[in-house]
Amino acid sequence: MTFSVRTVAAPSAPPEPTCDMTAALGQLTLPNPVLTASGCAAAGRELAQFFDVAVIGAVVTKSIQREPRSGRATPRMAETPSGMLNSIGLQGPGIDAFLEHDLPWLAENGARAVVSIAGSSVEDYAELARRLRGSPGLTALEVNISCPNVADRGLVFACDPQAAGAVVSAVRAQTAPSVPVFAKLSPDVTDIVSVARSCVDAGADGLSLINTLLGMALDLDTMRPVLAGVTGGLSGPAIRPVAVRCIWQVHAALPDVPLIGMGGVRSGLDALELVLAGASAVSVGTAVFNDPGAPPRVLRELAHALAERGFERFSDAIGYAHRATA
Amino acid sequence: MTEARSEARMAPPVQVRGAVLSTRRVGAYHHMSLVAPGIAEHTRPGQFVALAVGGPDTALVLRRAFSIYRVSTRGVYGGTVEIVFAALGAGTRWLAAQQQHTPVDVVGPLGRPFNLPRAGSGRASATLVGGGYGSAPLFALAEQLLNRGSRVDFVLGAGSQDRLFGALDAKRMASSVAITTDDGSAGTRGVVTDVLPAVLQRSQTDVVYACGPMGMLDAVTGVATDHGLPAQCAVEESMACGIGVCMTCVLPVEGDDGVTRMVRSCVEGPVFLGDRVRWDAVGTVPAGTHGAPVAGAR
Repeated sequence: MTFSVRTVAAPSAPPEPTCDMTAALGQLTLPNPVLTASGCAAAGRELAQFFDVAVIGAVVTKSIQREPRSGRATPRMAETPSGMLNSIGLQGPGIDAFLEHDLPWLAENGARAVVSIAGSSVEDYAELARRLRGSPGLTALEVNISCPNVADRGLVFACDPQAAGAVVSAVRAQTAPSVPVFAKLSPDVTDIVSVARSCVDAGADGLSLINTLLGMALDLDTMRPVLAGVTGGLSGPAIRPVAVRCIWQVHAALPDVPLIGMGGVRSGLDALELVLAGASAVSVGTAVFNDPGAPPRVLRELAHALAERGFERFSDAIGYAHRATA
Repeated sequence: MTEARSEARMAPPVQVRGAVLSTRRVGAYHHMSLVAPGIAEHTRPGQFVALAVGGPDTALVLRRAFSIYRVSTRGVYGGTVEIVFAALGAGTRWLAAQQQHTPVDVVGPLGRPFNLPRAGSGRASATLVGGGYGSAPLFALAEQLLNRGSRVDFVLGAGSQDRLFGALDAKRMASSVAITTDDGSAGTRGVVTDVLPAVLQRSQTDVVYACGPMGMLDAVTGVATDHGLPAQCAVEESMACGIGVCMTCVLPVEGDDGVTRMVRSCVEGPVFLGDRVRWDAVGTVPAGTHGAPVAGAR
């Protein structure tokens, strides 16, 4: 009889092919390219019941504003084919409570925090960036410019290249040079490349795309809008082809600008599609509502899908679909 | 009774790959038993589960939340969770059609449970009011109350007899059962609050527990308050995730500080003290709510 420690042989399954998942977004390096999406992960705490928030590339927070916001009346949500409409109205605690409770929690739990900010004036965004400056745990800023600009009759910043650029430039000026600023673009524009270019010219280090598409659903019994807010943002797998198209167009025009892709990613293969179109990282959003464990699952599946296709490094797959035909 | 909230003892929810054990029709509803290891052991009455529906490539992207009817921690299946639902939409119709062994992803137990009268508070008398299949979580609650020596009385109401759920369970457990239906097909013609005052007096009730549609909860809270009694109400609000991230299941609730906030019924409920919920303002953001008026951003 022997009690010596045996060298355990590898299990009968062949070893998993491996792929280096390090994600570089300009000067920012993340251990892997899978993030949560703003508005689909709160500030990380709830999802930490289901997975370790430190294992994914970063937690992208719900958009933070200067003041607490009650959000809109209910109903705030309508399920649609392969998607959903939401009209939350950016309910949130405001920057004071965020800095006191949420950002420290993310830092203590080893999460890299990409803080999404939202406002209704250029000054709002600048003030939020100023308040966040120097906060421990702040990895990057994502500027949610899909908000109405009160100074311009409620025209959404993201729909006007100049207004979008003005916000980005104000945020960039208030943010430490070591903290990258990503502008989150709306697909509800005629020419997304011109908005992208304007944001980059204004100092954006990268771009996040896409935000939700504006949609609407009617209740056929009451024959009234389903949502109390009448219109809402469409998300989920239904919008993935729009995300692929937007990422494709922007990557083709601005190949050196790092893109965080989001829009309907439910699986590692969905994430791969956005990466091949040009995304340097991928956010998992609405899928979290269906599967709270989706972000680490998508990461595993993406790593597997890349290795299966012979990629040794994740970075080699970024924009791979744009390569010249042989 | 807010101070009796006992979050510290609540186990965090888990996500498990469960399976359908059995389904059967119960009047207008479906009763489903799911094998869901790791959930039953930690469930307390009033909590709920959120199920992914539609199968792997489904176009139904949101979870469905169901209050837990009963759990069993023993037996060959090692932990089952039972739910009761009406197959009215695409998700519940899919669920009702599944055969034994169909895998179903289950997250639970979720939400704050009913508070039981504090141990040592004497033999508290409780009246449990259920509307339609909203009565489902009240039977596990009744069991725990009875185990503590409480008196339990039931009031069950529904549109019609086939929409009553658990009348036999109630008769087996309770000191009295009052039944109302809108059409008079069973019990008294009318609504639960028509008979509730008499039940509260007869049973010398100390606490009211209720689950059902918002309008019923509003009315039950009114009757309880008139009798100087607390009402613990479990709301049925539509949810997308059930775990507190989507912010769709909010309703206006007044806090200990007197300030109204839009709170998530999935994590701060589904059980609320009835007199704290702004029932008349559900579906609105009432003036003075923390953070109102609304930003126009999406």
